Amino acid sequence: MTSLMGNHSGTIGYSFSEPTSANVKQHSFYPYTDNGGSTLGITGADFAILAGDTRSTSGYNINSRMVPKVFKIGGDDETGEGANIILSVVGFAADGNALKEKLDTMVRMYKYQHGKSMSVGACAQRLSTILYEKRFFPYYVHAILAGLDEEGVGALYSYDPVGSYEREQCRAAGAASSLIMPFLDNQVNSKNQYIPGSGEGHALVPKKAEPLDKETATKLVKDAFTSAVERHIEVGDGLQLVIVTREGIEEVFHALKQD
Amino acid sequence: MNHFPEAWGRPRNDVYGAYDHSYLQTSGPKAHTSSPAVTGTSVVGVKFNGGVAIATDNLASYGSLARFSDVKRLRNFGDKAMVGFGGDVSDMQYLDRLLDSMDIKENYSHHGNMLNAKNLHTYLAKVFYKRRSEFNPLWNHVLVAGFDGQGEPFLSSADLLGTTFSAPHLATGFGAHLAVPILRRKFPEGTPLEQVSKEDAVEALKECLKVLFYRDARSADKYSIAVITKDGIDLKEDEQIQGQSWAFAERIRGYGAQTA
Amino acid sequence: MFRNNYDNDAVTFSPQGRIFQVEYAQEAVKQGSVVVGLVNKTHAVLVGLKRNAEELSSYQKKIIEIDSHMAIAIAGLASDARVLSNFMKQQSLGSKMTYGRPIPLDRIVAQIGDRAQTNTQHYGKRPYGVGLLVAGVDEAGPHLFEFQPSGLTHEMVACAIGARSQMARTYLERNLDKFQDCSRDELIQHGLSALKETLSQDKELTIDNTSVGVVGVTNGKKESFKLYEGQDTAALLEVLEQRESAGAEGESMEVDS
Repeated sequence: MTSLMGNHSGTIGYSFSEPTSANVKQHSFYPYTDNGGSTLGITGADFAILAGDTRSTSGYNINSRMVPKVFKIGGDDETGEGANIILSVVGFAADGNALKEKLDTMVRMYKYQHGKSMSVGACAQRLSTILYEKRFFPYYVHAILAGLDEEGVGALYSYDPVGSYEREQCRAAGAASSLIMPFLDNQVNSKNQYIPGSGEGHALVPKKAEPLDKETATKLVKDAFTSAVERHIEVGDGLQLVIVTREGIEEVFHALKQD
Repeated sequence: MNHFPEAWGRPRNDVYGAYDHSYLQTSGPKAHTSSPAVTGTSVVGVKFNGGVAIATDNLASYGSLARFSDVKRLRNFGDKAMVGFGGDVSDMQYLDRLLDSMDIKENYSHHGNMLNAKNLHTYLAKVFYKRRSEFNPLWNHVLVAGFDGQGEPFLSSADLLGTTFSAPHLATGFGAHLAVPILRRKFPEGTPLEQVSKEDAVEALKECLKVLFYRDARSADKYSIAVITKDGIDLKEDEQIQGQSWAFAERIRGYGAQTA
Repeated sequence: MFRNNYDNDAVTFSPQGRIFQVEYAQEAVKQGSVVVGLVNKTHAVLVGLKRNAEELSSYQKKIIEIDSHMAIAIAGLASDARVLSNFMKQQSLGSKMTYGRPIPLDRIVAQIGDRAQTNTQHYGKRPYGVGLLVAGVDEAGPHLFEFQPSGLTHEMVACAIGARSQMARTYLERNLDKFQDCSRDELIQHGLSALKETLSQDKELTIDNTSVGVVGVTNGKKESFKLYEGQDTAALLEVLEQRESAGAEGESMEVDS
């Protein structure tokens, strides 16, 4: 008659309580995935660049070779016309899209209500609060926001998934960030570069970081990605380059290796 | 039969032991879908010059059991678009009802249903994303085929997490491993759509389904295929995989009539 | 003291079958400055006459962009219009979010119509004291809708609401066949001409008091809504002046023949 005792054969049939372990169900649903890819942003005196590869992956599969990661914020839906802020998102693409749309809606409502475009600084603050709102079920993304500040100087803000942010000269995010960021430290912020012949050992004078011009920055972006493609399997297919200047937003695509 | 309707259709206690009611209990944490039950396998789709072709087999499996062998996994959205469903079949039926009611509501409008395949895909992705954010996912991976707002052929994917992507050819599930390489070889990326004929696309899909039938243990040789062009949807739901060759099996131990 | 016993709320019929509060709301529309809307096969145009409450005050906004494919022109209580416009903005953003498409015009007009109607069926509510012209483009082409405080909506080819709008309507009726196939710029001119008809003797259309909004679609290519105000209207008004002087001669020729 063991069957009458229920199927919890190892437990004693207490009359005052049912064993609870059998009723506790564990969710086997994991709401995130990593779609790979990498993004990077560089700013200068009068421009800001955001770039990302266009590959989308699930595990070892390539979902598509053409899924852009950089978006115009606050412009026309189809053309993006009228926008002056750009956002890149890398990580879980569905969260990235949701985040992009939420920010885009906010910026458009701002324009509708105030009759003027949102400044990059305000937009950066707002993005931080949007991310923090989901502190306990975060958007699984690394976001970078860029544009020109009120003085017309390139502005770039980078975020962690829960909204911590800071303004920087450059930032790499995503799968190959650990490959690209040191390269940027060296080439953009002149880390570990010294003025030749300025001294011996510790007396060497570090090279001061100078703001880059647009052409140099663009070259660095391309080099960073061609190198990342060689070393990281989740990066490749295409390079999307979006550049904000006083004249507006320019977007170009370049081919990357598809292997 | 006894006088306890709740016991009807259940294994008899005296034969099988007490019935485990724990899964019926209303107390305790609210349980959402944590795994699919009856499932469909791959969906494959290709864009061609002037339209899109999409195909699935007609099998719904219950775990490793080939449970239902006549389940149509290609569903239409009015006369505008087709959705190919992989994953949970009950969730597919729910979404199909949702899409039908949406089509009906759209048709109340003076100008009829103006939602195209692209709009539909956006909507479905939102539904998936909303449900995954509630930890109550719709366990599907779908391909949406039709035309976009500019009248260009449209093919895009959406899954239970709300992830979306688009490509000239797509396949879900096992097809992502087996069918996509075939399609990429036949129509290398960068091939202008003008160079892909409808016939080539349909032929390629049939080839993919055949390979899937060879190697996907949860697949069947009965399939549905839809060809969407400006003239409308041409849906065939009762097709049979042709020209199978199991010659390769002869040299594999464990297949066919080998005895030793 | 009261004109009658049936106008104390917006939900009670008079024995003649009228709802006086709704009719009074329609009077509020007639007191608003005039707005004109017209549509042809490619474009929808809104023009409005802005009023300033006093010499030193700014001019009241007459045309509000709802989305890149749609705008409204208002006559009546601007504050009520803002409530409706906020609602429409929400709805059109919602449509873009959920389906990735601009909301169809007939859909959103039906929604504000329904909202206005509920005001006439729930005790304690008041009708919107504003009339709207909704102009925009969707999959089915350019559209113009008229919205009234009663909740009544009509699709129109041309319409004018607000003070002295009858003069504009007369112009539109007389010139209907001329602007069915005309160009974008000509359509704007017809709008301005209609608007001009409504002016009293001592008034003129100026860059300060004129608003023009255009949205269109040509060969399937959408032309986003554009609002002309202030200095931007100067060129349009200049063309109007030229046409008027040239037209005046033309008109008299016709009369002679």
